[in-house]
Amino acid sequence: MSEIYQLSLFELVNKIKSKEISCEEATKSYVERSSKSKKLNCYVEETFDIALKKAKDLDQSFNPDKKLFGAPIAVKDLFCTNGVQTTASSKMLKGFKPQYESTVTEKLWNEGANLLGKLNCDEYAMGSSNETSYFGNVINPYRNDEDLVPGGSSGGCSSSVAANLTSATVGTDTGGSIRQPASFTGIVGLKPTYGRCSRWGIVAFASSLDQAGPMTKDVKDSALMMEVIAGHDEKDSTSAKKNVEPFSSKLTKDIKGLKIGIPKEYKVDGMPKEILDLWDKGIEISKSLGCEIKEISLPHTKYALPAYYIIAPAEASSNLARYDGVKYGFRAEGKDLIEMYENTRAQGFGDEVKRRILIGTYVLSSGYYDAYYLKALKVRRLIKNDFDEAFKEVDTILTPTTPSSAFAIGKNDDDPISMYLNDVFTVPVNLAGLPAISFPAGYDQKNLPLGLQLIGKSFDEQTILNNAYAIEQNINFKPNYKDWWI
Amino acid sequence: MSITKDTVKKISKLSRIASNEKFEENMIKDLNSILKFVEQLNEVNIDNVEPLASTVNQELIKREDEVKVVNKKKDILINSPSENEDFYVVPKVIE
Repeated sequence: MSEIYQLSLFELVNKIKSKEISCEEATKSYVERSSKSKKLNCYVEETFDIALKKAKDLDQSFNPDKKLFGAPIAVKDLFCTNGVQTTASSKMLKGFKPQYESTVTEKLWNEGANLLGKLNCDEYAMGSSNETSYFGNVINPYRNDEDLVPGGSSGGCSSSVAANLTSATVGTDTGGSIRQPASFTGIVGLKPTYGRCSRWGIVAFASSLDQAGPMTKDVKDSALMMEVIAGHDEKDSTSAKKNVEPFSSKLTKDIKGLKIGIPKEYKVDGMPKEILDLWDKGIEISKSLGCEIKEISLPHTKYALPAYYIIAPAEASSNLARYDGVKYGFRAEGKDLIEMYENTRAQGFGDEVKRRILIGTYVLSSGYYDAYYLKALKVRRLIKNDFDEAFKEVDTILTPTTPSSAFAIGKNDDDPISMYLNDVFTVPVNLAGLPAISFPAGYDQKNLPLGLQLIGKSFDEQTILNNAYAIEQNINFKPNYKDWWI
Repeated sequence: MSITKDTVKKISKLSRIASNEKFEENMIKDLNSILKFVEQLNEVNIDNVEPLASTVNQELIKREDEVKVVNKKKDILINSPSENEDFYVVPKVIE
């Protein structure tokens, strides 16, 4: 191990706690590497100077009891950070400096982590490739002949963890926005159970689906981050009053006897053989570790994506009504109040955001509500029932995370539906409110990383972490990109 | 069901997004392809199924009704694109 930034979060924090590395050295290592990596376009706001100063302060007030002491961490630009610009990668919020801190990021700083900056994402987290950001595309550190997308919406997060520009990060996942980019970049991404982490201070997209979660270099780091960011918050009435487990110290690779479900409906037509092979590899490893494999059925899987593309835009159209050019961010002029609203929203939002607001408005409008929105909510119930039935028989469910590896920038520009299909394996979990983790499981023929997904029972993050940890130890995935951008 | 130019005009108005000819043309194609996609749901039998709007499985948590004094007017107004000392400023509403 030659460079500090190559350490896992867990190793880094331990070396800081044993005074082998100072907070200042750790921060410098990440700041220098991030400064040399502007081609990847991960950051929309850098707070490097503040971070270097804070690192010195941390060294002065050394405290090894803190779980993330001295860890330099950049976060998705969807989390409100006190006094630091927060834009959700939209022109609409350019210049917005929240005067308060989101609960999840506050928990990071309370445990001694140090803010490096804000990470690029799809505008208002709406996208699967980071191409809808007002601040431009993020580039995946993996490439073949051309630049590839890092996935989305947490594309700045995935690319920066994979390229070692941050020791770990937090993203958000409404339909796959943590897991799909994690799969595209060879890192670990966990979407917790709905209600596990507070949504307070996170720019809202679809409130019944949004969850914050860790994106990390390995499974152990994911467990460590989870125990920091989880927990009830009286400022979010949907956050759950559940005990937060010490996920990282309870982490075990002994998963003998675990019952793992393989849903037959996830074997979709046209799925590349490499992904089927990888899935088989996950199954074989699990068998060799003493797990019982069971074929299960989730009969409404096919309808998750259409239901999602009614429910999420409906909630978004309501949530994004707040951007009116009055309270914060961008304002365009107009001859009267209504025209000012209309011009502000026409110029402030990008096309994908407008598409979703319009669809959401349509499915909620008089005469269409029952035919679209209400029907989608009923299908959502059936999807959740499928999982409830399945989890009577199994402890976890193993699937691929995505139907393909990372694709070239611009490839899915013409048709919104081809982009939406990226989320076919991740969306059902959000509709059912369940926890799921994506971890790297191998490479395809183009030498691009591919992930597997483990879905767990409600509030049973520990079991999917253990399951992923056991398989991870067996696969021993190593990043294989070269630092071509430096 | 399909979306026409008039529908795009109407929902743009409801969404408070200024629209023009070019915008309407672009959106008709995309919105219709999205609608066609979501209409797969018509295949599903939803008789006697209750809608599920949220997966939260706990009663809303109650708390004491205590007054908390937070005078953050200054903090809040900092981010407004147009304000005077105490208020947001918007184009004239009353003639």
